[in-house]
Amino acid sequence: MERTSVNSETISSLEEKARQLRVDIVKTLHKSQSGHTGGSLSAIDMVAALYFHVMRHKPADPKWEGRDRFVLCKGHAAPALYVALAEAGYFPKEDLMMLRRLGSHLQGHPDSKQTPGVEVCTGSLGQGLSMANGLALGLRLDGSESRVYALLGDGELQEGQVWEAAMAAGHYKLDNLCALIDVNRLQIDGEVAKVMNVEPVADKFAAFGWEVIDIDGHDMKAIVAALEQAATVKGKPTAIVARTVKGKGVSFFENKASYHGVAPSDEELPKALECLGEQCNL
Amino acid sequence: MSTMIATRDAYGQTLAELGEENAAVVVLDADLSGSTKTSVFAKKFPERFFNMGIAEANMVGTAAGLAAAGKIPFLSTFAIFAAGRGWEQIRQSLAYPKANVKVVATHGGITVGEDGGSHQSVEDIAIMRAIPNMTVIVPADGPETAKAIRAAAAYKGPVYVRLGRNKVPTVTVEDAPFEIGKGTQLADGNDLTFVTTGLMTAQALAAAKLLATEGISARVVHLATIKPLDGEILLKAARETGAIVTAEEHSVVGGLGGAVAEYLSENCPVPLRRIGINDRFGLSGKAEELIKYFGLMPADLAEAGREIVAKKRG
Repeated sequence: MERTSVNSETISSLEEKARQLRVDIVKTLHKSQSGHTGGSLSAIDMVAALYFHVMRHKPADPKWEGRDRFVLCKGHAAPALYVALAEAGYFPKEDLMMLRRLGSHLQGHPDSKQTPGVEVCTGSLGQGLSMANGLALGLRLDGSESRVYALLGDGELQEGQVWEAAMAAGHYKLDNLCALIDVNRLQIDGEVAKVMNVEPVADKFAAFGWEVIDIDGHDMKAIVAALEQAATVKGKPTAIVARTVKGKGVSFFENKASYHGVAPSDEELPKALECLGEQCNL
Repeated sequence: MSTMIATRDAYGQTLAELGEENAAVVVLDADLSGSTKTSVFAKKFPERFFNMGIAEANMVGTAAGLAAAGKIPFLSTFAIFAAGRGWEQIRQSLAYPKANVKVVATHGGITVGEDGGSHQSVEDIAIMRAIPNMTVIVPADGPETAKAIRAAAAYKGPVYVRLGRNKVPTVTVEDAPFEIGKGTQLADGNDLTFVTTGLMTAQALAAAKLLATEGISARVVHLATIKPLDGEILLKAARETGAIVTAEEHSVVGGLGGAVAEYLSENCPVPLRRIGINDRFGLSGKAEELIKYFGLMPADLAEAGREIVAKKRG
């Protein structure tokens, strides 16, 4: 893999940003007592790299034409997107405490009609990559420089529509598209490999005509380098296959399928924050 | 009633015109562009036409993405595949975000013919109508299709337009304006009203003529838009004629008949009969044979008209 042009200071600051966002995820989910913990924590390093280093966007002008687009295909990881949007300034951080509540603009799954910075509605798995393709085709028609980033889960790859979309992205040579696959190896019913094996993920995308970059999805340097490399690929879309840990950062959440859709309890909150190097002063 | 044109042909022609007028119009198809007539657009604007292959779910999602990028996507395939295979994608990726996508489904109903029940969509109006934010349009003829497609392009939001395969007579008034959500009275009458959509409007006009020879005066109200429903024209028909017969090339469950029954039973209950496919699948056969077999002929409508007038007079 090519080395990133980014200096170690930037990497450190992105790592710290990701740590803060993990704290926000844990606090937000604890407050709502509802939502998806494991998959939000596994994806947050990539989300942090995108929103605070790679993507061109203007939080004060969410519809700015020159922006890059982000599609959260694994919509249940909405908390990961919401904490990044709040941190970036799309809406006040206090709004996070209203996650999933009646009257909140933060729906259980991303809703483009309600949340500034959310591009499309996702949540029903398998549909996001198709929408990312459509965005990429539309932007290309307009001669736009903007890029499209789509974050998928590995369990989500069981949906046939993902492969229809993978085929189409390869066919239409969508080099303004980059898919990040959060391979955390767990889904609701247990191990992805046991429920319905999706591996070899990298080979599958490669077979559909994608450039594939296999990385450790928690290595910030590798994430940034992969995203930089993706932007240079011509004539085909890029898939970053990111090996991650579900629940990453909170030791007792890690690698547990049971934390897929369970929020931290009152007892778990201080321990979780401690794991993340944060004092609990609630 | 002189000109005969297939609604899908009118669609292809209008789409090509719209492509000329508006650079934001893009078109997607799933390997049926010759049949859906999107090929007319594809030939003129190859860079704005995307053949998505035999993959309807992805086609719907791609259209949603194109809409999010500011385009006005029209996507087409047969009604059974658009509304059937694409249902949840249409719900989640199009209707939920109010995406500006037009689903123009051809080969609706039983008149697809010989391909049989697997290819005959008799449920699409019902399932599209059930989705919030969705507009559902079933034009009666070629000229109305042209106007409906233009209206759909001008409307901001998801629209489902159901078209047919075969040539149908022109029954609407060619220079009448088309407005989404507005019904049209095509024949006046006092004894009953036929409320119809799609190609059944022509059948109802013929049935009204049959009844006129017997001294029964039948009104014909054509509803090109099934959702939103034109309550005003229905209420007027129910109050003034006191009996309703709906007719559609679709299941009697949940389509036009269902919509009219829901509305009138709450607002002005009158005797009502629904003509359509009686909760069963289609069959192979020639279109005209199937129309006869499933009881969608003018004589069938006239018989329903006689019965309901008798019921009304009690």
